[in-house]
Amino acid sequence: MTAQGATDDMLLEVRGLTKHFMLHGDIYSKLAGEKAQVLKAVDGIDFHIRRGETLGLVGESGCGKSTTARLVTRLIEPSGGEVRLKDEDLLAFSPRRMKETRKDIQLVFQDPYSSLNPRKTIMHILSRPMEIHGLAHSWNEKRERVLHLLHRVGLSVEHIDRYPHEFSGGQRQRIAIARALSVEPELVIGDEPVSALDVSIQAQVLNLFRDLQEEFGLTYLFIAHDLSVIRHISDRVAVMYVGKIVETAPASALFDKPLHPYTKALLAAVPEADPAKPPPRLTLKGEVSTPIDPPPGCRLCGRCPNETKVCSETEPPLLDVGGGRQVACHNL
Amino acid sequence: MPETVLELDDLTVRFRLRRGDLTAVDGVSFAIGRGETFGLVGESGSGKSVTARAIMRLIPDPPGEIQRGRILFGGDNVLDKNAAEMRALRGRHIAMVFQEPMSALNPVFTVCEQISDALRTNLGLSKQEARERVVELLALVGIPSPQKRLDSYVHEFSGGMRQRVMLAMALSCNPGFLIADEPTTALDVTIQATILELITSMIDKLGMSLLFITHNLGVVAHSCDKIGVMYASHMVELGEKREIFANPQHPYTVGLLNSIPRLDIQARHLTPIAGSVCNMMEPPSGCKFHPRCAHAMDVCRREVPKLKEVAPGHHAACHLHDRGATT
Repeated sequence: MTAQGATDDMLLEVRGLTKHFMLHGDIYSKLAGEKAQVLKAVDGIDFHIRRGETLGLVGESGCGKSTTARLVTRLIEPSGGEVRLKDEDLLAFSPRRMKETRKDIQLVFQDPYSSLNPRKTIMHILSRPMEIHGLAHSWNEKRERVLHLLHRVGLSVEHIDRYPHEFSGGQRQRIAIARALSVEPELVIGDEPVSALDVSIQAQVLNLFRDLQEEFGLTYLFIAHDLSVIRHISDRVAVMYVGKIVETAPASALFDKPLHPYTKALLAAVPEADPAKPPPRLTLKGEVSTPIDPPPGCRLCGRCPNETKVCSETEPPLLDVGGGRQVACHNL
Repeated sequence: MPETVLELDDLTVRFRLRRGDLTAVDGVSFAIGRGETFGLVGESGSGKSVTARAIMRLIPDPPGEIQRGRILFGGDNVLDKNAAEMRALRGRHIAMVFQEPMSALNPVFTVCEQISDALRTNLGLSKQEARERVVELLALVGIPSPQKRLDSYVHEFSGGMRQRVMLAMALSCNPGFLIADEPTTALDVTIQATILELITSMIDKLGMSLLFITHNLGVVAHSCDKIGVMYASHMVELGEKREIFANPQHPYTVGLLNSIPRLDIQARHLTPIAGSVCNMMEPPSGCKFHPRCAHAMDVCRREVPKLKEVAPGHHAACHLHDRGATT
C-alpha cells in the first residue's frame, strides 16, 4: 500500500452527491394549484475516504447523515452526483454488478433491535450473507467461519444457535458488526452504531470497532451525532448542516480549532463530563433551518453571529484552507 | 444544608411479574433541600425512572408495589396519601417533565387546552384567565409569538419547542419541586443546551428544587449541585457534584467516568466496564456490581454493601471502604 500513489489508496470518492425529495402535498393543495415543494436532504456534497481511514460524519437530526449513508450504498438512488468506489462510478453499475459490489460496502445500523431478524438464529443471520456472495459452501465451512466471527466480536460458541431476543443491546450490536464483516467488506458504514447503547457498553463497542479496523484493515464511514464519539473514532471529520457539508478537517484540528460558525456552535453546546469545563451554551440564534425549499445563500443564514450581506445571496463553496481542511464560509 | 423538601428513606419498589419478582429500586435513600438540584445518574434499567415515578405515585399497581420505605415531601409521607390528596399534590406541588414530549403531551388537544386544564383544575382559574396565563407561560419558556402558537397542536412544534411546552405545563401551577426525567435525551445537542439553560434559569428564578434524572454525566456535570449514582436498583454513590467528579469512590462511578470518550483529547482506547448489566430477574448475590468489578473480593459476593460516609457528605456503597479493607 505504501508504494501506491495518492489516488490509488482512495477507496470512496463522492462528488456533488444530491438527493432531493419531492413533497407533493395532499389533494387540496394540488387542486389549489400549489407547486410541489422540494426537500433537499443532501444537496451537493463532496468527500472522500482513503483506505484504512475513518471518516466521521457528524450533524444534528435531519441534516442528511443517514440519507448520505443510504445514497453511498445505493439503498436509495441519488438525484445527482457521483459515488466512486475504487475509481469506478457506482451509480453506473448494472444491478448484477451492484449486487456483487454490495459485498464490499456493509452497513451497521443504529437500532440492533430492528436490524436483526427475530425469527432467525445467529448462525443463519451470520451465514446467509456468505451464501449469497458465495464465500462459503459446505455447512462445516460456514459454521467454522461463523464461529470465528463470533469469537472475533467477543461472543462465543454457545451463542450460535440462539435468537436475537436472547441478547442484550450491546451483544446485538456485536452480532450486527459480525454480520457486516461476514462478507469481508472493505468499507463499513456505521449509521449511529453506538447511540442506542449505554455508556459503559458504548465504550466496549467503540473499542471493538477500533480493534477490527486494525486487524482487517477496514475503512469506516462513521455516522454519529455525539461529538465525543466522533472525536474518539475518526481520523477525519465532516460536519453536516441541512444537507451541506460545512467543514471537513483532521479530527484533532477540528476539535482544537473549529473554523465554521456551526462547528463552533456544536462544540460549545456539548456538555462535557467535567464540572470544571465551561457549561454548554448555544452560540447560534433560533432553531435548525428547514431543508424544504431553502432560500439561496448559506444555510446558516439568520442564525449565524458573523453574518454579512453576501451570506444571504450566494452559497459559500467548500474551499481548501490548508492543513487538509475545507470550510464553507464567506467570513473566515 | 437548606431545609429538606424531599426525603426518600429506604425506598424499595418491586414488580410482581409472571416470570417472577423484580426489585427495581432497592433501599434507596436521599434528601433534596430547598432550591437544590439533585442529579440521579445511571444506565438503562438502573431504577432512576422508577424512583421518580414512585415519588409521584405513578407506579401501576399491580404489577408494581412499593414494598417498604418512606417518601417524605414537606414532612408528610406521600405513601400515606389517598387518591384525592395525591391529585392535589401532583402538578400543584410536584411537577414532572418527561423524556418524550410527543408521547407525554396529548395529540388531540391544542397546547392551550392541555395547559389550561391543569390551571383550571388546580388553581380554579376561569377559561379566559387560564388562557392569559398560558400565553405568559409560553413566553416564559421562550416560545416565539405565543399568542399565535396557543391554538396549535403538539405535532406542529419541533422537538425542542415541544419540550418547552412540556416545561411550561410543568411550571403552570408554580410547583415547588420539579422532576425532570431525561428531559433532553431525545434532543439534539444544540437544542439540549438551550433547554438545560432554560431549566437552570427557571429553577433559579422560581426558587424550585429539582430532581434531574439522566444517563448523561456531561449533563449532570453542569446542571446539578448533588449527584446520586444508581446501579442495578441500588444507590452506589452519593455526594456533592465536585466531589464525585474529582474523587469518585465507587468502582462503578470510576468505570462510568472512564468510559466516556473525551472531547479535548483523543485516546486510542477507552477503558470500558467489563461485561454487561446484570439480569434484574436473577441478580447476582451480594454487591450487584461484583461480576463486573476489578476489585471484587469474597465479601462482595456474600454481602450487599451499605452506603457509608467515606468523606464529609460523600457516601459510597462498596466493601473497599470497610474498615480494614485495602484497596
